[in-house]
Amino acid sequence: MNLIVEFVISTLIVLGGIFALVGSWGLLRLPDLMARLHAPTKATTLGVGGALIASMLYFLAVEGTLSIHEILITAFLFLTAPITAHFIAKAHLHGQPESVRALPPTGQSRGWSTFDTPPPEPAAEDSPAEDSQR
Amino acid sequence: MATRPARRSLAERWLPHPLLTVVLILLWMLLLNSFTVGGFVVGAFLGIVIPIMTSSFWPGRPPIRAYRKVFAFLLLVAWDVIVANVQVAWLILFRRPEDLRMRWVTLPLELESPEAITVLAGTITMTPGTVSSDLSADGRALLVHCLDAPDAEAAVRTMKTRYEARLKEIFP
Repeated sequence: MNLIVEFVISTLIVLGGIFALVGSWGLLRLPDLMARLHAPTKATTLGVGGALIASMLYFLAVEGTLSIHEILITAFLFLTAPITAHFIAKAHLHGQPESVRALPPTGQSRGWSTFDTPPPEPAAEDSPAEDSQR
Repeated sequence: MATRPARRSLAERWLPHPLLTVVLILLWMLLLNSFTVGGFVVGAFLGIVIPIMTSSFWPGRPPIRAYRKVFAFLLLVAWDVIVANVQVAWLILFRRPEDLRMRWVTLPLELESPEAITVLAGTITMTPGTVSSDLSADGRALLVHCLDAPDAEAAVRTMKTRYEARLKEIFP
């Protein structure tokens, strides 16, 4: 029994390590910034996730205590990773004004928010989004 | 004055954001990593004081309709994150970077509340081969970068049916 638990824990740690390594390798290997952004937002989450599940299992099975800090770490990671990626992408677009030509049209009356201003206030009040902005 | 409106305004004054109160207490208990009465009291204090102090930063509180659907959505996203990890790891390891069909796609939004759009953008970033990169200035379209998308329309369709449709049921 104990052997099985140890086996599972070590498998999770090794798997997590492999995914973290692949994420970092992706940073080096992929050609440009936008592609590189994919590697740390995804491959690394499973790397950290594997290590965290292994940690919880270890404390549960070996030490006999329930450790829940890992759930918090997961939650904060899932909150921060997309926001960081979004801001890096926006900063990248902002730093290269010519990149606007490579972007697809918004299909709306306004352009992308990095390059265009929001609609004037009276128009915003007519929109159904009004409720949530008040 | 009738008692009813007065009582309601009292509840609004002391618990402006009940869900945030619950989340804060839960978060505090998780941080402590053990259950003690003293810890719970401090958590309850924080859970009541912080929403009052920050209530002006939470202008709109979208009512969440279906908590069971929230749970189902979380499970779906957790599964997709695992799949996304394996897919992206595969692309990184075994595809030559020149062969990746990277492209930008525009995702027209049907969601209107900022909270729902935030959740959708975060979900898109965490799931297979897509990073949400910008919002249109009027908040009606999302700019998404795909790592490997042979068919832009199929990618948009997947995102709309898989995530946006579910979020539309959660956020009315």
